[in-house]
Amino acid sequence: MLKEDEHLKRLAENFLTNLKKSGASESSVLISNSISETVNVRNKKLDGSTRSDSLNVVLTAYVGKKKSSISSSNLEEDHINELIKKCVETAKITPEDELNSLPDSELYFKGIKNLDLYDETFIENSKKIDFIKEAEDQAFKKKEIVNTNGSGFSQNKSNFILANSNGFIDGYKSSNFSAYCEVVAKSNGSMERDYEYSSKRFFKDLLEPKKIGQKASELAINKLKPKKIKSKKMKVVFDKRIAKNFLSSFAGAITSGTIAKGTTFLKDKLNTQIFNDKINIIDKPDIIKGTGSRYFDIEGTSTDKLNLVENGVLKNYLIDTYNGKKINMKSNGRASGTTNLFFENGHEDYKNLLNSNKEIVYINETFGSGANIITGDYSVGASGFMVENGEFIYPISEITIAGNLNEIFNKMVLGNDLEFNYSTNSPTMFVDELTIGGK
Amino acid sequence: MLNWSLILNNFSIKFIIVSNFLKYKNLDYEKAQSLINNTLVDCDDGELYLEDTKSESILLDDNKIKSSSFKRDTGYGLRGVAEDKVAYSHSNDISEKSLEMSCDNIKSTLKHSNGKYNHSINKTNQKFYDELDPIENKSLETKIELLKEINQYARSKDGCVKQVTANFLGEHKNVEILRPGGELFTDSRPLVRINVSILVEKNGRKETGMYGVGGRQSYDNYLKNDDWKKICDEAFRMAYANLESKPSPAGEMKVVLGPGWPAILIHEAVGHGLEGDFNRKKTSVFHDLVGKKVASDGVTIIDDGTIDKKRGSLNIDDEGTPTEKTVLIENGILKNFMQDRMNARLMKTKSTGNGRRESYKHVIMPRMRNTIMLNGNNTQEEMIKSVDKGIFAVSFGGGQVDITSGKFVFNCTEAYEIINGKIGSPLKGATLIGDGPSSLKQVLMVGNDMKLDPGIGTCGKAGQGVPVGVGQPSMLIDNMTVGGTQL
Repeated sequence: MLKEDEHLKRLAENFLTNLKKSGASESSVLISNSISETVNVRNKKLDGSTRSDSLNVVLTAYVGKKKSSISSSNLEEDHINELIKKCVETAKITPEDELNSLPDSELYFKGIKNLDLYDETFIENSKKIDFIKEAEDQAFKKKEIVNTNGSGFSQNKSNFILANSNGFIDGYKSSNFSAYCEVVAKSNGSMERDYEYSSKRFFKDLLEPKKIGQKASELAINKLKPKKIKSKKMKVVFDKRIAKNFLSSFAGAITSGTIAKGTTFLKDKLNTQIFNDKINIIDKPDIIKGTGSRYFDIEGTSTDKLNLVENGVLKNYLIDTYNGKKINMKSNGRASGTTNLFFENGHEDYKNLLNSNKEIVYINETFGSGANIITGDYSVGASGFMVENGEFIYPISEITIAGNLNEIFNKMVLGNDLEFNYSTNSPTMFVDELTIGGK
Repeated sequence: MLNWSLILNNFSIKFIIVSNFLKYKNLDYEKAQSLINNTLVDCDDGELYLEDTKSESILLDDNKIKSSSFKRDTGYGLRGVAEDKVAYSHSNDISEKSLEMSCDNIKSTLKHSNGKYNHSINKTNQKFYDELDPIENKSLETKIELLKEINQYARSKDGCVKQVTANFLGEHKNVEILRPGGELFTDSRPLVRINVSILVEKNGRKETGMYGVGGRQSYDNYLKNDDWKKICDEAFRMAYANLESKPSPAGEMKVVLGPGWPAILIHEAVGHGLEGDFNRKKTSVFHDLVGKKVASDGVTIIDDGTIDKKRGSLNIDDEGTPTEKTVLIENGILKNFMQDRMNARLMKTKSTGNGRRESYKHVIMPRMRNTIMLNGNNTQEEMIKSVDKGIFAVSFGGGQVDITSGKFVFNCTEAYEIINGKIGSPLKGATLIGDGPSSLKQVLMVGNDMKLDPGIGTCGKAGQGVPVGVGQPSMLIDNMTVGGTQL
């Protein structure tokens, strides 16, 4: 059973008291507890199960402007008291940093927690198996599907309490249910894999298992017998599941830590045009049941909606307390990163995007680390399809796509098919001319 | 000799186990033993894995000690294996109550199993690293002082150095593997890593260079005689070279790989595809190629867990099997897969000591250790001379592979153009893409300058990261696709 708030709060308060007794001038404590259960199925048979039960504490001690932190999974009193002493001693010999401090108490979350982030539903292992078997059964209805890489169902429940010596003490339970199916298609010596997954706060919101299996099998089969195309500049359409990666690179480039250090191609770009004027990017933490929804960040700072990009202009960074001070800005509750991050819907129909040129490369898988956020250079391995006159002609693989994020941000055209399936979401994206490396 | 060491080993193991269990005061040894005997009786395999890991990270960034953190993680993982099913339950609550719950959980997953527990594991007293705690071994004050010195030295190299990030990562992991019938295995594993990253800026251009060293010994082994200066020099050299880099070409061309760390190619192109689980499941492109030619003549690749103090070395793997030097490809012919106990049993072969896990929170999988291509007869000079148009790749950021289609990529962080047999300008970082089963058949020359990487690699698989090593001599590949912007 997940530990209850009161229990965690009592522990946290004890630890804060002991930190103070040991000589910490300020301190914070994060106690997190999670229980997750996963079942795996392969070729329609049970492959295994995993149950994990974890309780962990992170203690941070400040001695004036000196700081140190310790984490432990052993919460026995003697052990923790020993670690608290060590934490304070370590802080004392760590050099001072005038920017070290607890977050601004005016910014602490004080609102009502009404986002529905926790589903009490408990799914027995046998039900989990039935669910995911149904997905595999559906996938195997296609004759090309000969094998699976494994499919799984996970149920995660967690609770945490964050407390600090400035009086903040709060936390909440959250849940996550996820199901994935990864299948292998084979035909005439060609073997390809692909997957589909669904991840939701509430069990009943998961994609139906049949749809998961159906989608995974179609994706894998469509990839069979790929061709390699010639190197040239081409117009590219990115599938939604790839287009959202550009948002992640963008987010990495505007976190206050990289801005403060200057290790980003978007330094000094606040209030300037970095995308074309049709692009809007929003980070919205208060979506009911949202997979990325959050009340406050890891520091206790309230997390409110941010319009990061308006009509192509960069309006906000993602700021935490420490780095915020460095760039003279207040934390906007992004010490734990983005929440539900998305491009606002564009205006183009999916069909129009595919038809915008006689010849288009449609990309639905990329691999490799890709974007260099210091220089903005972008280069990835990719696979997808050749599209001619709006029709998918044949699968392609073993190609590369390269360009620069500045150029991609400037040229991108978004479809009107945004959906909220993950915590970061993008509609289908068209980019006018990138370099394809192939034969 | 073997008998003697076996007895000695057993004795010391028992001693360690008993003393450690006493430390976990909510669980006694006899009780744990009887619980696992009872739970695993109808299984083919399984164990109680106990782990106590200390780790530290001290980070200097932007002229300041940004963080100094310490972590203590203890817990257990109980695993039951029956046929091809694995039931796993882990917790950081090392108590009788918690273990009982895990036992019930395992039994409920494997309720109809009717296995025959396989007791055989060879005992060993092989030691490839010393028992030492690298964290306690060097005081925090001296680590902080040295980070400051590194910062000053790196910044003094040139006015264009704008940022220096340096960190010390240390770990001391004690593992105990308890199997039914009283079989006990222990290992005490030190691991350190020192990284330096330098950002340079000149005429509005920013570039970075990164270098690090590490392995299973104390920090001082890498720092003595001002050796730390070499780490800074190398990071600076790479960053500085990149300032002059021009856009990379796109398309197929010849590629010369430098020795050492570029062996990420071996790791991605063939390493993962030769792990036992993917081949037992027949999802790897290599699953039906044992005994067949998968690489050019002269290409021999091994996975070696026994190299002294290397990052990927282990005395025993996480199932208790002694590690070994496993020949994967010999003179172009595929010889062996890398196995853990379960996949070996199902494929009717022996574990090669590749059963690894990130921590007690993770299930065992076949994983690489130090994956190495052995020397051939050519020189790097010959290789470069033979290329009219191509690239010379010296360092990489990382790589990735799709083991089913065999396609793999890796990202260059330092590369140069080759024109008419000569090294030309540095090139901007580009992704290289290839096809695992065919790329090693395109190896035209294998160098005589085999080098191991400096000890910085972590391999990720199914969400689990484990420390690994790679190594290779220089190598000439006939044809790979380079992901640049210039046609």
